[in-house]
Amino acid sequence: MLAYVGKRIAIAIPTVLIVSLFVFSLQHLLPGDPILVLAGEERDPAVIEFLREKYRLNDPIPVQYLAWLGNVLQGDLGISWRTNQPVLELIGQKLPVTIQLAVMAMIIAMLIGIPAGILSAVKKGTVIDYTANVIALSGLSIPNFWLGILLILLVSVHLGWLPASGYESPFVDPVRSLQTMIMPAFVLGTALAATLMRHTRSAMLGVLQADYVRTARAKGLRERRVVLRHAFRNGLLPVVTLSALLFGELLAGAVLTEQIFTIPGFGKLIVDAVFNRDYAVVQGVVLCTAVGFIVMNLIADVLYALLNPRIREGL
Amino acid sequence: MRKMTLAAMLLAATALSLPAHATDFRIGLQEDPDVLDPDQSRTFVGRIVYAALCDKLVDITPDLEIVPQLATDWSWSDDGLQLTMNLREGVTFHDGTPFDAEAVRANIERSTMMPESRRKSELASIAGTEVTGPHQVTFTLTNPDATLIAQFADRAGMMISPTAAAEAGVGFGANPVCSGPFQFAQRIQQDRIVLERFDAYWNADAIHLDSVTYLPIPDTTVRLANLRAGDLHMLERLAATDAASVRADDDLQYAEAVSLGYQGITINVGNGEGADHPVGTNTLLRQALELSIDRQALNQVVFEGVFAAGNQSFPPNSPWYNADIPIPARDVERARELIAEAGFERVPLEVMVTNNPVDMQVGQVLQAMAGEAGFDITLRAMEFASLLADQSAGTYQASRIGWSGRVDPDGNIHQFVTCDGGINDSGFCDPAVDALLNTARTSTDPAVRKQSYDAARAILAEELPLIYLYHQTWIWALADTVEGFTPYPDGMIRLEGVMVQ
Repeated sequence: MLAYVGKRIAIAIPTVLIVSLFVFSLQHLLPGDPILVLAGEERDPAVIEFLREKYRLNDPIPVQYLAWLGNVLQGDLGISWRTNQPVLELIGQKLPVTIQLAVMAMIIAMLIGIPAGILSAVKKGTVIDYTANVIALSGLSIPNFWLGILLILLVSVHLGWLPASGYESPFVDPVRSLQTMIMPAFVLGTALAATLMRHTRSAMLGVLQADYVRTARAKGLRERRVVLRHAFRNGLLPVVTLSALLFGELLAGAVLTEQIFTIPGFGKLIVDAVFNRDYAVVQGVVLCTAVGFIVMNLIADVLYALLNPRIREGL
Repeated sequence: MRKMTLAAMLLAATALSLPAHATDFRIGLQEDPDVLDPDQSRTFVGRIVYAALCDKLVDITPDLEIVPQLATDWSWSDDGLQLTMNLREGVTFHDGTPFDAEAVRANIERSTMMPESRRKSELASIAGTEVTGPHQVTFTLTNPDATLIAQFADRAGMMISPTAAAEAGVGFGANPVCSGPFQFAQRIQQDRIVLERFDAYWNADAIHLDSVTYLPIPDTTVRLANLRAGDLHMLERLAATDAASVRADDDLQYAEAVSLGYQGITINVGNGEGADHPVGTNTLLRQALELSIDRQALNQVVFEGVFAAGNQSFPPNSPWYNADIPIPARDVERARELIAEAGFERVPLEVMVTNNPVDMQVGQVLQAMAGEAGFDITLRAMEFASLLADQSAGTYQASRIGWSGRVDPDGNIHQFVTCDGGINDSGFCDPAVDALLNTARTSTDPAVRKQSYDAARAILAEELPLIYLYHQTWIWALADTVEGFTPYPDGMIRLEGVMVQ
């Protein structure tokens, strides 16, 4: 098992390097001069020249990349060009917010998606199946920003139940933290629930037709036990991989939801940084996202291996 | 035991979530400010925060008159090369450092010397700052500069604690220390900036709030929803399309002021190779383009008539506006004649617009109007950073852009249309305009200045390197419990006199 994990990590390192190189190059291909944005409305030539020197923009791009990589290896992701705040500090501030949002969204998605998927597979072809499918399709089709704004208008403005937007740390005020996060987590969660439901359904359908399930039924086991103990465990495999991927996507993909609910998370950080051409922040955030994705996949692979011994033996 | 811990946690949570008795004034901002260092910052929203955090040497009235703030009075030498200011006594910075002439000298030195300072061009005329008394400074200028006092009414005149500045250096913005009515308490980027009442403030009697929290909420609909839900006391830059709904809402108040800035089309007439296009090389075509636009209709269609139509660098209600050149009425026939006179039937023109919905709409309205007269306008939607880069490099034909505006008229015109102007992206150059605008800049006689601006406008209205379209109106929406807010044309939120019932 350890060898398996070691091998996966060995593959992960060059991936991270390639991603960082890619982002670094891509960023310099973007139109627009970051220094013009940074210099202020008056665009004082002396300030522009000073800033170019300060951020090493006069150096060739490979030199800039190596300098940046050298600092990263020493744990220094640089300083935000826009606010002078260390990038690592910013990430430390924003990542937990998005993780909280992603975890809550994931819980909501799983609570809705997995049972709905199983039910719809077991009751295939019935009204329950069709209803679940229609709801899932709606969940996938309704855009986040639209659902978000409608929820704000309904729940906050008309009913006055929850704050319209904003964020509070759970360590400062757990109640308000939950209040501010429920709506965005729901918006994100419903879209994911639909995906999860569809995948659980098809995985379960496949498994329910397998020989060992028929054997289990032939042994006279109760249907409930057949579905949950025998079929579900195997049917869960692709769902675990999918969940890991979805969670990774949530970390960087909650952008719209964060923007609407004004949640100072990771997605909002990177979008603002791109628009402000805050190179240091963009690079730092993308690197972290890449690492995050790879780690999530690693965890999924390990879980996979745990759930299915054939995979680790096959290596 | 576990039950008790849970109970204690719940109790603590309830206590924390109960509204405190102290008045925390919550303001919704359109963006998150950049670094909170008056010398390094460059955003409009940053200045809104400074209005509560950092006092300036002078301030403005809603009618743009300069009034004392940290400087109580001032006088010019006869040759206009020396400005002597007497400073308010008994003022301290938030860290207890006394405010005196030495502090002013240190501030000006930082603004003009620090490599990161964005204030250098604003204070370029200052050759030296001399402490001529414990509470008196004298500025020596390289040349007479009528705009200097107005510069002191903004970031260049904001006084920060010299002790804190020396300690923090470039990192001052992480924990800014000034002498305004509120002191810095906390900032979580993209989430909030919290300021607390500064009890030792020299004008503490005018302050009725215990703290103020600025919340950046970029989406205008969500910002308004927050105000309606009671999560905000006020918000800035309400969308013009929401103005009617706020006015009709009994629970909200509406306030507005025409801004100091302008919005228009900058035409590349001499900035690099990009200037080589029919509209850039032919004055008649620019005049035709102007005549093809109905500014009032544009304002009605896109901004529900909330903004102010305009045709000069100053809004029509400004004392610097040249009343002899009123907003021209749309005249498609005349525009067609001018195009024919220039030897064209249809005129192609590419206009850059920023890729936000409102700006795109402005572009489309212009496209439709000018199309009727004979212009084939192609809109190039770009994101702001790219638009700015192309404009500065001269790789464009025309750009739909504006200017946030300055208190002194010079800031709205000199740098855009003088031959060596720092932001002359149009590439316009006319020695006669230069001479007039330089006279306006150096004269301290308002009559001479007005005359010069009027004369320069007469030339610019013919040449049209910039076609001014409208002046944005700052719109604030407030909860009905808020009292004492005064709208200012600079768009700032001054909290003196503001209270919550």
